[in-house]
Amino acid sequence: MSERRIVLPGELIAEGDYQPGLNTFKQGEKIYASKIGVLSIVKQTVSVIALHGVYEPKVGDTVIGKIIDVGTFSWTVDIKSPYTAVLNASDYFKGRFNPARDSLIKALKPGDMIIAQIADFDRTKNPVLTVQGPGLGVITKGVVVELSPSKIPRLIGRKGSMINLLKKEGRCNITIGKNGLIHIVGEKPEDEELVAQAIGKIEKEAHTTGLTDRIMRFMKKGRGLNVD
Amino acid sequence: MSTEFVRVDGRLPNQLRPIKMAVGVLDRADGSAYVEQGNTKVLVAVYGPRELHPKHQASPDSAIVRCRYHMAPFSTKERKTPVPSRREVELSKVIRDALSQAIFLENFPRTSIDIFIEVLEADGGTRCASINACSLALANAGIPLRDLVSSVAVGKYKGQIILDLNDEEDENAEADMPVAIMPNINKITLLQVNGVLTEDEFKQALDLAIKGCMEINRIQRETLRSVYSAIKGEEE
Repeated sequence: MSERRIVLPGELIAEGDYQPGLNTFKQGEKIYASKIGVLSIVKQTVSVIALHGVYEPKVGDTVIGKIIDVGTFSWTVDIKSPYTAVLNASDYFKGRFNPARDSLIKALKPGDMIIAQIADFDRTKNPVLTVQGPGLGVITKGVVVELSPSKIPRLIGRKGSMINLLKKEGRCNITIGKNGLIHIVGEKPEDEELVAQAIGKIEKEAHTTGLTDRIMRFMKKGRGLNVD
Repeated sequence: MSTEFVRVDGRLPNQLRPIKMAVGVLDRADGSAYVEQGNTKVLVAVYGPRELHPKHQASPDSAIVRCRYHMAPFSTKERKTPVPSRREVELSKVIRDALSQAIFLENFPRTSIDIFIEVLEADGGTRCASINACSLALANAGIPLRDLVSSVAVGKYKGQIILDLNDEEDENAEADMPVAIMPNINKITLLQVNGVLTEDEFKQALDLAIKGCMEINRIQRETLRSVYSAIKGEEE
């Protein structure tokens, strides 16, 4: 059975002694793909790395969201998924929230961007966020760019090769939201702009080979270095 | 000289019309597809799964599919009023039912998947072309599917069972029967019959329809695959 080939919905990908993984389903003894993607077999688990699709929230994921509404006890946050997320005031004010003293609108306004983690999510309710943790909280500087959520694995690269390249060559700090928003902070706006352009290139060329090398050349060229 | 039955457009009884398919034709939609079967031309956009408004329509344990089949005013010989007709409302429902079978709706509770079908030119078999285009667009949107749905009509014309009727044949046919199937998992998701067929004719027609669907499914798969011909895995 050849690994790393493109599979389509309804395509038979394994039979017998295998476990169905992400984006697959089992019928009798047969495992089929349910999305367009790249086949991946790890030990006995067959899964498909999807090439298209919306962000499906998972507990523990780091996401980047935009405040879209302020309530009495919580904020509503757009995380670019079929479900809007909720950030509770009790979480933001570390459990010492007093509606008489604390003002939600003064803390976070509609349009503010936050880096958060999904604390709770199941089929019956919308995702609940938390901003308590290292690297989480409101975004005060840098830029946020968009990438299709299904292309995030490409941005990370094998064992982080792509993202480490971007951080090093772009001289920026990069935070990846699993929902397809990426936060870039650099010393100079030009650095941030260059990384943003590189991410745009990844979006367009995600399905091609040798992308890491091309991004390397792109970054060096962008910084006026000699490309050999 | 062959004694084979020849149709109004010169096709053989078991021959499909020339088919053209493309996916990802609209940038703003989550998924899209364009399908031509002979002179029938259909454009489809898919959005979602996305938050559903009005909320009271939502299903607490699954996504709902909303489907709009619409014929452009210029799609027929006489101008067709753009107001949805009784027929269009019914076809929207029939297409929705044929497709919902294939979608893992239970993965996205409380959301909606919206499908917009625009018939640009109608020359028979628009519901089948729409279903073919929809399943391409759904796959293109990354919505989890049990299988691609493939569809084609069969009919009885001048006593002969024929595949993929065009408008002229459709109007003068003794019977016509649109069929949609999920070929890889062996399920029929749509079967309608207009007119009269004997039991034997019905069996013959269904066999022919399934053969036609298999051919269409092959073209659908080729179309989806051609987008990624250059892909080789470098992901984590």
